[in-house]
Amino acid sequence: MSNSSSRERNLHRQLANMKHSLFDQGYLDEQFIQLEELQDEENPNFVEEVVSLYYWDSVRLIQNIEQALEQNPIDFAKLDNHMHQFKGSSCSIGAKKLKKECTQFEKYCKTGNGEGCKRTFQQVKKEYATLKKKLERYFQFARQVGCVEKACRPK
Amino acid sequence: MLVSRSNASWKSEDRTSGQFPTGLRVLLVDDDNTCLKIVSSILKKCGYEVTQKSDAESALDLLRKNKNGYDIVISDVHMPDMDGFKLLEHIGLEMDLPVIMMSADDSKDVVLKGVTHGACDYLIKPISIEALKNIWQHVVRKKKQELKEKDFECSGISEDGEQQQISPENFDYSSSVNEVNYKNLKKRKDEEDDEEERDDTSALKKPRVVWSNDLHQQFVNAVHQLGIEKAVPKKILELMNVPGLTREKVASHLQKFRLYLRKASQHQSGRNNAFMGAPEASFGPMSLMNGRNRQPLTATGQIPSRSLATFQAAALSRPTATYVPIVDQRNIFRFETPKLTSEDDQQQLKNNVKQMNLFHGISSSMKPKQFATLHPFAQSSGDMNMEADYSAQMDQPQQMTQIFNDINGGNVSSFESSVGQPNFIKVIPSGVHGPTYNSLYQPSTPPGNSFPLLSNSGMSTLTSKGMLQEEVNSEMQQSRGFVSNYDVLGGLGKNTVQMVNSSLADNFLRIEGERQPDTGVQNNPFPRQLSEEDLFTAFFKQNSQNQSKMTLTLTDTSRTIFLSNKACMLQLSAFENMYIVAVTAEIDLSGS
Repeated sequence: MSNSSSRERNLHRQLANMKHSLFDQGYLDEQFIQLEELQDEENPNFVEEVVSLYYWDSVRLIQNIEQALEQNPIDFAKLDNHMHQFKGSSCSIGAKKLKKECTQFEKYCKTGNGEGCKRTFQQVKKEYATLKKKLERYFQFARQVGCVEKACRPK
Repeated sequence: MLVSRSNASWKSEDRTSGQFPTGLRVLLVDDDNTCLKIVSSILKKCGYEVTQKSDAESALDLLRKNKNGYDIVISDVHMPDMDGFKLLEHIGLEMDLPVIMMSADDSKDVVLKGVTHGACDYLIKPISIEALKNIWQHVVRKKKQELKEKDFECSGISEDGEQQQISPENFDYSSSVNEVNYKNLKKRKDEEDDEEERDDTSALKKPRVVWSNDLHQQFVNAVHQLGIEKAVPKKILELMNVPGLTREKVASHLQKFRLYLRKASQHQSGRNNAFMGAPEASFGPMSLMNGRNRQPLTATGQIPSRSLATFQAAALSRPTATYVPIVDQRNIFRFETPKLTSEDDQQQLKNNVKQMNLFHGISSSMKPKQFATLHPFAQSSGDMNMEADYSAQMDQPQQMTQIFNDINGGNVSSFESSVGQPNFIKVIPSGVHGPTYNSLYQPSTPPGNSFPLLSNSGMSTLTSKGMLQEEVNSEMQQSRGFVSNYDVLGGLGKNTVQMVNSSLADNFLRIEGERQPDTGVQNNPFPRQLSEEDLFTAFFKQNSQNQSKMTLTLTDTSRTIFLSNKACMLQLSAFENMYIVAVTAEIDLSGS
């Protein structure tokens, strides 16, 4: 019993650490906490669902941006529009670093700096991919902890 | 789970949860699925009922089909199919629901745009629970405003002895307000009933903004400038820039305007306009009988002007008539009143009336009050039950709007044309109380739009197509409530001028008969001296109450309208309290 409870505690602590590091390293911001607050018994996997939805949806948005960047000449208004959508979406899951890169992108967009946009977009994609990996790991771990919790729960 | 309320009004007392009012029905519109899911979840957590839509069109559709189904709308700004602001305007115009905008864009100009378009709040994404927790305040606030506006409008309800009824469908309240407002209105009307017979010149029960000609003109200009679709109270208010004018007053005024447009649009042949949904609502000016019918008019002119009140009311309350292009010789104005001194004349009148007018067949069923409710100023102390048929020149984009005057019973106004010519306008004053607003408004964008100024229950319009009423009988001149048509033609050569004059406080205007020009019927078309401006404004100047003249200044953008080959400047002065006066313009075409 004490083993399982201490195991539980360890897992919890690990999970907490993971989360903290995501925040400390600036990958996530308060919005993520908002999402967690919406998670409850009725929506036990709410945060993961939202993030999954985001990654699924944003593929299309990223494609739009890439296509727009490949145009010659670049339609910056359209590009700005696409990026605005992507940024908005990213904000809603609390993707902090990603948001920063998007803002930078928008600056270049407004000044019509095609090269700047393209460079920044590479950064955007990198952050996008990194965050995805980290969150996947986090959720995986969270599920594990949840299972352990359930397993350890007195019947 | 929240009980779905479709028709029930959401009342703040229905709070079941401790903190915020539950059951608020929210329509959420956003093309971003992630955001949609998140905001939805927040709203549900707050205890609200959420409906999600990913695009503006389907959201608007849903709202149209289910007008009373939602209390508040939350919409994203950037959406692919329709701009969030456009959606905001549509909702504001059609459904008048509170709308909250949201966006990741927090730049000041966008936020300002939201405010000026009438959003009651603007949230920056990502949305937090705190931000959405209190959106119910917007719903409550809006309802309170509407209640206030309804009260406001009712304060000047005119009674003319007839049972006034407000049909709820005339007012597109949001569902939640419906019952409350309706009850309020009824109550107010009952109160007003007591004052019916009072010969009350002021008749204003509350201090309120008087929509003077100038003010209304400003309003109209603002709406015109914004475009009827885009005209939201906040924007109009800003454009008008009138100190002391509140958004609520503008909103109330706009609502009436919209209602009028709606009614007008309903009269258009072949048009089936939803409530204000059709920006192209055009309504023809009301036209008075043309000269040919002057004779009967003369007789009927003796009818107490109060009959005109009914006709104004009728005009507003009967959306069944259809506008018909004004045809020569068409007798548009029809008086139906038991008070007609000459049955024959009346008969003749009726015979002359060609259909197409709004108020066809309106008689006892006329509900001047109904109209009156649309205008706070509309008060007719007279018992007018005149009917007016209005014909609209739908085919003419440059139609003038009509000015409706309240016609009070028994008052006759005398009118002198400022031009020393045998042309003159006869004015039938109505002892109506209340502000008049007279302005001719004709938006250039939507063809044929015109906004009749409705002040009181009576109204007279002058319309003539290229014809002036030359047939003025001396009897007519001495008669009271007669109407004449003359078309001030512009554009296509025809303009319709409806003039409604407010009578003096002492309600007495003598009709000038002395100036009777020769009465040969001459159907000379109006000279094309009228500028082809879309906007036609009649200015009513307020005169002192002692003045027994009514001067109506019809001006187009060139400030002068020539009604005939001879310059005939008709000046009618409006008075502080609006009275409806039937104006008969007689223009001598005989070449004098």
